[in-house]
Amino acid sequence: MLSRLLALTAGLAFALGLGIAGMTRPANVIAFLDVTGSWDPALAFVMMGAVGVHALALLLGRRRTRPLLEPRFETPSKAGIDARLIAGAAIFGVGWGASGFCPGPALVALMSFSPSVLAFVPAMVVGTATVQRVSSRVRAQI
Amino acid sequence: MLDVAWLSALLGGALIGASASLLWFASGRVAGISGILAGLIAPTAAESGARWELFFVLGLLGGGVLLRVLAPETLGDAPWSTLQLVVAGFLVGAGTRLGSGCTSGHGVCGISRGSRRSIVATLVFMATAMLTVFVLKHVLGWGR
Repeated sequence: MLSRLLALTAGLAFALGLGIAGMTRPANVIAFLDVTGSWDPALAFVMMGAVGVHALALLLGRRRTRPLLEPRFETPSKAGIDARLIAGAAIFGVGWGASGFCPGPALVALMSFSPSVLAFVPAMVVGTATVQRVSSRVRAQI
Repeated sequence: MLDVAWLSALLGGALIGASASLLWFASGRVAGISGILAGLIAPTAAESGARWELFFVLGLLGGGVLLRVLAPETLGDAPWSTLQLVVAGFLVGAGTRLGSGCTSGHGVCGISRGSRRSIVATLVFMATAMLTVFVLKHVLGWGR
């Protein structure tokens, strides 16, 4: 119960962070990605702020062997830098550049019910589900 | 307003980092939105009752409602064609699943851990995103 409440709180804080940071305005994102044009570097500070805080927290808490409410920490992927990673990142980048939306901001913006986010989010869900289904089929055949 | 854009970006980013830290040290989970969404779409492990991912997403949605009510100017529109948005959405959904992460998963959480995978992934998606904007805006002349 507490774990779920915490997840809710974290999601709420995350959304507010995205809003304050300007990530929920696709125009800001496009302006940041428009390096050859009217470049607005403001969003670089979003990652700086986020990594600054999170990296510091990880450093300060590095001796913890388990999280507070759960038995263990999530284990990161053991895969190396493989084709899936590169291809996936490349494809994601194209979608992000073409819309100004990445998953987090898109979900946050969903409550605005704007036509653009209502078109984007279902397509994003289908995209994820498609890769999941194809992946499991490929794995089943190996 | 534009003068303090970098400051609100920094503060917003810090809040994002703080929420990721909260999720990590309290629940041991990575605040990677694409992964969280994937966990809801096709859960890998059997879990009874509502999954924690659902609550995180509800938090995101709730935050969206709060923003809409308190600071509607923070929510912007993406005035592209429906086709472009649908294709972009599919690519984001597919690419983040294939690459196991997005701006929060790789860009924030992975980089903070010093993960080489995430550093590479972030560089790649930043590059293709910038290239895409270049092509769409300056070669094809869209969005002008």
